[in-house]
Amino acid sequence: MSGTHTNNLRSTAVNRLSAENVTLAYDQRVIAEQLSVEIPDNSFTVIVGPNACGKSTLLRALSRMLKPSHGRVLLDGQAIQSMPAKKVARTLGLLPQSSIAPDGITVADLVGRGRYPHQGLLRQWSAEDERVVQESMRQTGVAELAERYVDELSGGQRQRVWIAMALAQQTPLLLLDEPTTYLDIQHQIDVLDLCAELHETQGRTLVAVLHDLNHAARYATHLIALRGGTVIAEGAPNDIVTAELVEEVFGLRCQVIDDPETGTPLVVPAARKVRAERATAA
Amino acid sequence: MRTPGGLSLRLDPRALTVVVLLLAAAGAAGVALIGTGDAKIPAADVLRTLAGNGTAYQDFIVNELRLPRVLVGLLVGASLGLGGALFQSVSRNPLGSPDVLGLSQGSTAGALVVIVLMSGSAAEVTLGALAGGLATGLAIYALAWKQGVHGYRLVLVGIGVNAMMTAVSGYLLTKADLVDATRAVVWMTGSLAGRDWEQVWPLLGLCAVLLPLVLVNARGLRMLEMGDDIANALGVRVQRVRLLLMVSAVLLAAAATAAAGPVSFVALTAPQLARRLTRSPGPNLVPSLCMGAALLVAADWASQRAFGADQLPVGVVTGVLGGVYLLWLLVTERRAGRI
Repeated sequence: MSGTHTNNLRSTAVNRLSAENVTLAYDQRVIAEQLSVEIPDNSFTVIVGPNACGKSTLLRALSRMLKPSHGRVLLDGQAIQSMPAKKVARTLGLLPQSSIAPDGITVADLVGRGRYPHQGLLRQWSAEDERVVQESMRQTGVAELAERYVDELSGGQRQRVWIAMALAQQTPLLLLDEPTTYLDIQHQIDVLDLCAELHETQGRTLVAVLHDLNHAARYATHLIALRGGTVIAEGAPNDIVTAELVEEVFGLRCQVIDDPETGTPLVVPAARKVRAERATAA
Repeated sequence: MRTPGGLSLRLDPRALTVVVLLLAAAGAAGVALIGTGDAKIPAADVLRTLAGNGTAYQDFIVNELRLPRVLVGLLVGASLGLGGALFQSVSRNPLGSPDVLGLSQGSTAGALVVIVLMSGSAAEVTLGALAGGLATGLAIYALAWKQGVHGYRLVLVGIGVNAMMTAVSGYLLTKADLVDATRAVVWMTGSLAGRDWEQVWPLLGLCAVLLPLVLVNARGLRMLEMGDDIANALGVRVQRVRLLLMVSAVLLAAAATAAAGPVSFVALTAPQLARRLTRSPGPNLVPSLCMGAALLVAADWASQRAFGADQLPVGVVTGVLGGVYLLWLLVTERRAGRI
């Protein structure tokens, strides 16, 4: 299902967000060269790859945090770097890996700050802002925490609050940099369920960087596998996740079986003994 | 607050109350300060004279001698409060204030160069202090700024700069003859004594330009408190807003120091006290400004009440009170595990 969905999108209009032959570097250290990526509209795209493969860097470039040294990132056909900052912020939201909740801020206040790109000096807090903030808190299940201080919340609750803030920005595209890091397994699933729901019910395009390949394979409608700054494979998880691909991208021997719950690919790493035997045989 | 035309302003009622009360306190302290001195004038007479209905004698004392001094006090306090709030917000650190960072020491060194090496006039000393403060601000920027400020980096660089500037001042003092040295030491304690309209106008002009500029960018600053990435994602032009606000803060601190000498600790304490009163996150710029003005004038009044006219410079009073506050802050920060 999701595969044909993606294919339809590919064959029609140009996607809203893409990177065109970008070279990404921090100072002199080059992370990726000549990298091109399309984010299919209305997809839940997940970028996976081993540590230091450039997945977070790619996300930073897509959200104009990092200026490519060559090539360009296109949003709605325009180079993202040359667009007005607030205009970008009304189209594309980002939940970064690290963010700081100011001391003594309440949940409602923090979520309200997501309205910044829709506000101006003389239009600081409209009825629409109020409505969207309430709606965002309801969708993320933090409405009853509205008057609590963010510092007092658990890690899982806090991540929901930050997601609520990003939702209040009301962007059709939402980028998430490792949204499940530092969370317990139940909160990880919780956050991913929330993402899937936002994607399905609201038709938002989501792009996430995830560490866990099995989470990626279960939740993504479109998967991009990166290694060393190069796209090794992309497509629906059912089409591309194979034992060969996992070995190529992560250098790990494994079996890929059907997830008994969802039928999506499930990566089971080979036992230590098996890996050792194969290594000596090779 | 909303109007049918789609205009909407967000005002926190508690913050508004705090601002009104602080303004009232600053005004009351100002009136009391005008009435204090060798020739005591009751508050009612002060108010009548300010309105233009006093006797010629009262008019001279109030409007010519004491009003400019109080106005300089209010403006210096306001500049320090606002500058301190900007620094603390950008560095996300309650210790990131102009006195800890060495800006005041930089101004002092600039003033001493003029006093000791050039035996310059009062106006030249003011210019020297301004230049010293700006140069120090630039140096801190060059040393501490790499991909923004993080944690204690700005504070640590500032403490280093502070030490260097103190050394420069100390060296200049040893080189000075007795007359210059006396003049330098008086300047260094921070005092409002003998301030007249010549000091009021430039400071007022600077505040009139910088205040609107700062307030227009205050919402961006509030977003910056959540980290550069979030601010970027929300459409704040991070580098531009931060540079603009830092330059404003350096100008405010340098101008305040140039006008009254290094009045210590107002910039450090005012934003924190204001924040505790408003109980609101965010930079609390206007409450800090009002708190700074009220604090400085109240401290000047207290020193005159307790020790007689112009016996104890206001910088000594704020230094003693602020020192106690700084110790308390260090202890609580340490308990919270942030140092």
